[in-house]
Amino acid sequence: MSDPVNPILILFIHPRFEQSRINRALVRAVADLPGVTLHDLYENYPDFNIQVEREKALLASSQIVIWQHPLYMYGAPALLKQWLDLVLEFGWAHGSGGDALKDKIALNVITSGGARESYQNNGRNHFTIGELLAPFHQTASLCKMTYLPPFVVQGTYLLTDQQLDRHAALYRNLLERLSRGDFQVEALRRFAFLNDWLEQGREGQTP
Amino acid sequence: MNHGFLQDALIYLAAAILFVPVAKRLGMGSVLGYLLAGITIGPFVLGLVGGEGRDVIHFAEFGVVMMLFLIGLELEPAQFWRMRRLILGSGTTQFGLTTLLLMGAFMLGGFPWQASLAIGLALSMSSTAIVLQTLREKGLDQTQSGRSAFAVLLYQDIAVIPILAALPLLALQSFQAAGEPSTFLARLPGWAQTLALLGAVAAVILCGRFLIVPFLRFIARIHLRELFTASALFIVMAAAYLMELVGLSPALGTFLAGIVLANSEYRHELECDIEPFKGILLGLFFISVGASINFGLILQKPLFMILLVFGVVTVKFLVLFLTGRLARLGLDQNLLFSLGLAQVGEFAFVLFSFMSQLRILSADWTDTLMGVTALSMTATPLLLLINDRLILPRFGVPEKADKEVDEIDLRHPVIIAGFGPFGSTLGRFLRASGVESTILDNDSDRVDLLRRMGFKAFYGDATRIDILKSAGADQAKLLVAAIGLPTVNHDLVEKVRKHFPKLKLMVRAANRQDAFHFMDMGVNDIYRETLDTSVRVGVDVLARLGHRRYSALRAGQNFIRYDEKAMQKLAPHRHDKSAYIFNVREQIQIQEELLANDRTANPSLNDHAWDNHRGVDAPTPK
Repeated sequence: MSDPVNPILILFIHPRFEQSRINRALVRAVADLPGVTLHDLYENYPDFNIQVEREKALLASSQIVIWQHPLYMYGAPALLKQWLDLVLEFGWAHGSGGDALKDKIALNVITSGGARESYQNNGRNHFTIGELLAPFHQTASLCKMTYLPPFVVQGTYLLTDQQLDRHAALYRNLLERLSRGDFQVEALRRFAFLNDWLEQGREGQTP
Repeated sequence: MNHGFLQDALIYLAAAILFVPVAKRLGMGSVLGYLLAGITIGPFVLGLVGGEGRDVIHFAEFGVVMMLFLIGLELEPAQFWRMRRLILGSGTTQFGLTTLLLMGAFMLGGFPWQASLAIGLALSMSSTAIVLQTLREKGLDQTQSGRSAFAVLLYQDIAVIPILAALPLLALQSFQAAGEPSTFLARLPGWAQTLALLGAVAAVILCGRFLIVPFLRFIARIHLRELFTASALFIVMAAAYLMELVGLSPALGTFLAGIVLANSEYRHELECDIEPFKGILLGLFFISVGASINFGLILQKPLFMILLVFGVVTVKFLVLFLTGRLARLGLDQNLLFSLGLAQVGEFAFVLFSFMSQLRILSADWTDTLMGVTALSMTATPLLLLINDRLILPRFGVPEKADKEVDEIDLRHPVIIAGFGPFGSTLGRFLRASGVESTILDNDSDRVDLLRRMGFKAFYGDATRIDILKSAGADQAKLLVAAIGLPTVNHDLVEKVRKHFPKLKLMVRAANRQDAFHFMDMGVNDIYRETLDTSVRVGVDVLARLGHRRYSALRAGQNFIRYDEKAMQKLAPHRHDKSAYIFNVREQIQIQEELLANDRTANPSLNDHAWDNHRGVDAPTPK
């Protein structure tokens, strides 16, 4: 693999990490990748006392920012909201002179218990994942960042070990490609989930 | 005898010092070293010590007595209960079957059934001293075979009690006519002897429960270490003496006393005080066993002796192997277990001499069987050596692989040294969170109270390495040094870092100076006892003054963080007084600045919604 051109910062937010099979598998799959910094917010700030300057420095030294978290009540766990509120300061991340994050890339990596079918306008949850992530999309836009479709693992309670491994491998594949710049933003935007892009790419590569 | 005492002592000690290291270096274990030393200085090789070997055995038997006290001490009822199936199952199988087989063999050899039964019982015993020592030296005491061995030995040790009580009954027919009664016990008729034995046993148990613990508490309060050691020796000797008075094995008495005290808070302290005496006396015991092996007898009828030893060991081995099978031991574990326990134990010496007193056995046969016992004990380390070097490598399964991970956690993962107000809050919190800790404190009243409240607390000076060791400092993950007296705490930390470098240390510091001291020692996790509390008061003061609680809390959290960072920065300068003062001022300034910045530079702290910032869309207040 060539040298990573896009340093990646994974902001990992999970209050019950020790009980999440899927997140353990995902984290394990990517933790050792070069150019990837895994930053576990609940482990670093159990008291919610986020060190803003430290976070800013981490953001400044990366090109791609990933918010990896489970979907709780159709949103992120509380600490991520706290992080967004405190770190993305006016005059630094947005507003006049707030260009620190300009042209960086942001995306969500989501795990949800409900299956993909249930997150449809005619499904049990009425809204699609994309719609539920609108606040993140707009936050990224406000900070002049490029927002990508999410990478999503759903139906997490019913995953077999093989499926778990497959999702983990796919996630690693995603980070490798993002990291070495092997993607076109316009092309990615055509997919609801980055999973679909990766699967398609896979089939395309091995005809 | 007096003039020769020093000379004899020198010979014994020199033999031990010479042979034991050689034996250990050759991988034979210390027991064989002691036995070889004994044989060498005995009357049949160098003749440095003569007929008094028997007397020495008698004296050194006290080592066995002390060992039984320690075994009793380690016999926590809870642990016993956990192992009950293993103990009862394996113990009964091994002991019952071996006794029956050997009894049958001796009956075929023309002995009356009483004598055969007595011999069978005695020969079924294995040597606790040899096996436990060997297992511990090889680090095998927590393996499956180690635990099985411990269970069988325990069963045998306990079985000695009823056997000693029952032996006079076996002698009923032949005993009345025999010689002049020597003990108080011997003057009684058979049924009364049995009663007297049971009475003595009850006396030891009752004394232990209602007299000794309060007595130890009294001694502990005087805070004189040597007095405690003296008391420990006193207890052991008193129990032994009481038993001897009624003509019973002193080993039995101390074993009982040990069990009774196993549950008391003084367990570790007693263990540590008796241990060195036991070690020396046990070594002496093995030397004297070696010295007293009657080679004359063996040389008279060598083939017979060898066949006898071989027969007994084979029978024991086969029964043990079956027992191991039933306990589902793997083949390599089972070989270790069966070969390890195949010898005849030191209790057999005790039982045989009792039998000859009771005239169950003739003097000639007593000598022969004691010879068999000694020879089989000598053979054990050799058997294990053969197993180690020749048999096991063929299977290619190292016995260490069986060490299960959770076995290490048998002891509690956290040790709390010092259980004053500080340690006790910590201990309560940990217990509420499901983490058990071992607590060491040297205030006997407090330990007493804690134990009544169900804590696992031990009385002991935590700065003593042996006490730390028996509290499990080798296996524990963490030690919290929570002693209130800074000097004692420093001492503890220093010793732990030196002797248990793997043990993670978390340290209570009385104040800033104290914290600096620990920093100099290279400790990373330092907790100043007043810091968090005073900051909490400060947070509440702010809240009372009308600050938002959350802002006050965050200011407090930040203050602690800054303060700790400042400590780190100051630590290298503290020896240089003027630089230190300068730095303190500078640091206070930094703190003020940081805190002030926190309030002015981060308005979103007081106002959660970032888009409310006046730069975005809110109208600028006039």
